[in-house]
Amino acid sequence: MGDIFKYLYKNRYPYIFIAPALFILISFSIVPIVLAFGISFTDINLRGLADWSRISFVGLDNYISLLTDDVFIKSVLNTLFYVIIGVPLVIVCSMGTALLLNYGKNRIFTVFRAVYYMPSITNIVAVAVIWGFLYNTHYGLFNYLLSVVNIDAVPWLEQPTIAKLSLIALAVWKGLGLNMIIFLAALQGIPKEYYEAAKIDGANRWQTLRHVTIPLLSFATFFVTITTLIGWLQFFEEPYVMTNGGPLDGTLSMALFIYRNGFQLSEMGYAAAGSFILFFFIIVATIVQFKVRKADADY
Amino acid sequence: MKSKRKYKKLEEILITLLLIAGGVLVSIPFLWMIFSSFKPANEVLAMPPTLLPENPTFENYQNLFTNMSFGIYLRNTLIIVLFSFIGLFFNGMAGYAFAKFNFKGKEPIFYTVLATMMIPAQVTMIPVYLILNQLGLTNTMAGIILPGLAAAFSIFLFRQFMSTIPTDLIEAARLDGAGEFRIFFRLIVPIAKPIFAVQAILTFIGAWNSFLWPLIIASDQRLYTLSVGLSLLQGQHASNFGLQMAGAAFMVVPIILIFAFFQKYIIEGFTMSGLK
Repeated sequence: MGDIFKYLYKNRYPYIFIAPALFILISFSIVPIVLAFGISFTDINLRGLADWSRISFVGLDNYISLLTDDVFIKSVLNTLFYVIIGVPLVIVCSMGTALLLNYGKNRIFTVFRAVYYMPSITNIVAVAVIWGFLYNTHYGLFNYLLSVVNIDAVPWLEQPTIAKLSLIALAVWKGLGLNMIIFLAALQGIPKEYYEAAKIDGANRWQTLRHVTIPLLSFATFFVTITTLIGWLQFFEEPYVMTNGGPLDGTLSMALFIYRNGFQLSEMGYAAAGSFILFFFIIVATIVQFKVRKADADY
Repeated sequence: MKSKRKYKKLEEILITLLLIAGGVLVSIPFLWMIFSSFKPANEVLAMPPTLLPENPTFENYQNLFTNMSFGIYLRNTLIIVLFSFIGLFFNGMAGYAFAKFNFKGKEPIFYTVLATMMIPAQVTMIPVYLILNQLGLTNTMAGIILPGLAAAFSIFLFRQFMSTIPTDLIEAARLDGAGEFRIFFRLIVPIAKPIFAVQAILTFIGAWNSFLWPLIIASDQRLYTLSVGLSLLQGQHASNFGLQMAGAAFMVVPIILIFAFFQKYIIEGFTMSGLK
């Protein structure tokens, strides 16, 4: 025992250096995840918070009631809808923009790089407020522009399916910039020799794109897919600010369901169980991505 | 040959046009926000809408501070920004230790730190709330600030950068009798300035935009940040779009200005963060 202390004292500096950050991470990331797991098997709520003796162990009850909770099922289906439409859309749009931006070297392309990047650093609440105005049925810009070309007003946020698509449009707009930068960095890292070789082999532009560029972007695509997928699974601020999950829970995401149960209804045990189901989805999605990546890693 | 060059020129024009169209589409929400924020209440709701405000007014911006408590929200947000810079030094110190020291348990500790990046906020928010509640820190500034002080991704980026600092340099400073803290603050921080700059900008943006955690912890308006205040404004003044746009502009414009100045660093920050 004494030896350990002697070692620690002699080599104290690295430990001192990591101590503050490590302390925060342990207290607010590592301990909580263990705690959350425990909580998910209890019925802790506002009353339990005030008086610990009222908390009881309920086994798998929370998980079982979640799976029969129509609202939860709906939030899962909505989240899948967001993921299935949103993720490919973000990848196609950001890769397309990156390819266009990579075409030229003059100043104008640098300016556009900045313009496309801007939405991704702006505040999500502010952005949701702005888009809420644009989407407004009576006073919004979008419906006005449609009325100019004689198209009837669209209930952007008032019909469940359209509302989901509207939120996706906003999130794609916001997610474009960061992912585009990742693709651009990868594009600029492709050695010129590959293109020259393709040219000598007589490949046309389309063939070069299809068989040289896109395969060489596979790591960037993989990275963007994983981070975007995880981001969409945790979709929260957009539905919170713009629709508060409505209409008829049509835009309710899993993250919003968890927030609502945990902090508005104070059913913390129930919400914690929901958060573990979300965590499970994230882990499964990540593992699948890694497996797919391994399967076509011949490039 | 000549027709080929002509074709190339045409293609460049086409791509530029495509980029301009996309750029306009991307900027519409920002432009609409700025224009609408200067319109008086009746003009904002006018149909057909005006593009530029006909009677420009600062009324909406004044309202943010007189009728809404945006002054207080701004102060709270700046406090969070300030403390997040202290957190930045914690991350930098940890990154330095992981990069340049050998100590028992280094590998497992580092991988544990990385693993915390995987944990979604939704899982930890409830237990963290319970922990802070137990400490009596809910509805306090400390409760809002503390959990955000350390970030695994930031530690990782610092470590990547500091691994490239030559060890000989540190050894030389040690031989000269400099203490470890002196070495860190006087030698390492100046060398690692680029990564500190990038991280400082990202930290500022993150803290300025912080929403979910203040929303959970602050039940009192006195502790609201700008984002939480803005979402409250949107709920309370649902049809006062001029005021909403002014609130949004107040949050977005500083970030756009910072971005305009430091664009190179921000974008390079992501590229050099080892995505390759």
